[in-house]
Amino acid sequence: MGLLDLFRRTPGSASVAKERLRIIVAQQRSARGTPDYLPLLRRELLEVIHKYVNVDPSEVQINFGREDGHEVLELSVALPGGRPRV
Amino acid sequence: MAETIVVTSGKGGVGKTTTSASLACGIAQQGKRVAVIDFDIGLRNLDLIMGCERRVVYDFVNVIQGDCQLKQALIKDRRIETLYVLAASQTRDKDALTLEGVRRVLEELAADGFEYIICDSPAGIEKGAHLAMYFADRAVVVVNPEVSSVRDSDRILGLLASKTQRAEQGNGGVKEHLLLTRYSPQRVASGEMMSVEDVKEILGLDVVGVVPESTDVLQASNAGVPVILNADSDAARAYDDAVARLLGRTVPLRFIEEPRKGLFARLFGH
Repeated sequence: MGLLDLFRRTPGSASVAKERLRIIVAQQRSARGTPDYLPLLRRELLEVIHKYVNVDPSEVQINFGREDGHEVLELSVALPGGRPRV
Repeated sequence: MAETIVVTSGKGGVGKTTTSASLACGIAQQGKRVAVIDFDIGLRNLDLIMGCERRVVYDFVNVIQGDCQLKQALIKDRRIETLYVLAASQTRDKDALTLEGVRRVLEELAADGFEYIICDSPAGIEKGAHLAMYFADRAVVVVNPEVSSVRDSDRILGLLASKTQRAEQGNGGVKEHLLLTRYSPQRVASGEMMSVEDVKEILGLDVVGVVPESTDVLQASNAGVPVILNADSDAARAYDDAVARLLGRTVPLRFIEEPRKGLFARLFGH
């Protein structure tokens, strides 16, 4: 540590680690309690949808929730402009 | 009524066995009857850290399979009157431990008057880790201030909240505590290591202990004497504090500040 470091404390890698972990942990926690097959189901559904419509994967939402004691799997696909795929 | 505490982490090599051994010693030093059990079937290590490896005759699996009585398998510690060790088996049979078998052993320990049962979990999220946490009342989650350890411990928190008897019965779940090991205040100060506050905030757990990085830990395992028994060690004092907090006392955190440097050292380096 030299003279300059007294005045300039650069943000270290720890803050990067913290930020990355904040996101990972939030993702892990939102997936808690959902069935183990959900990621695979999501991927296969995307493949099937993609066979018929050219949708951006981010336009396909798959949510798992609970309502009045029932488990609900919700699939929402935003179709692009209605033009058929070339 | 016995209290069962699982020491767990997800990631390997973060200090579960070191922590189990030291917490067990520390609680027993308070006059409590303590049994510490190694759940790492096939890869036993607690006996080495406790320094009783040459006295293992029967192990956990022998008890479960009825090859011997529980009393024959419990190894009485030679240093602390009220402390007993139950070693893991070296068998490669992954199904040697069963939920019912573990339940029976824990119930028998409680009936024998043990007040604390410390379950030293194997790494990972497989069967051994599941069985180690299933009957726990409390969990000490051992974490290094490092990304993979923190992520893995969050996975473990998810399992504690769903795959344990307390979670299934819905009676408040397992009480979770964070124990940081290999903590370096110097590296935290220089911004290279996440701080206690950072990890606490990410995981949302109360801190039961912060053990500083210390050469005493390796020396303790070399000698087979749990580090908490080293009278001159900061790591030992940190474990003492963790024991006090586990037993319900409020103790301020120590060893988390960088030792102060004089102006000369700060101006001209190390």
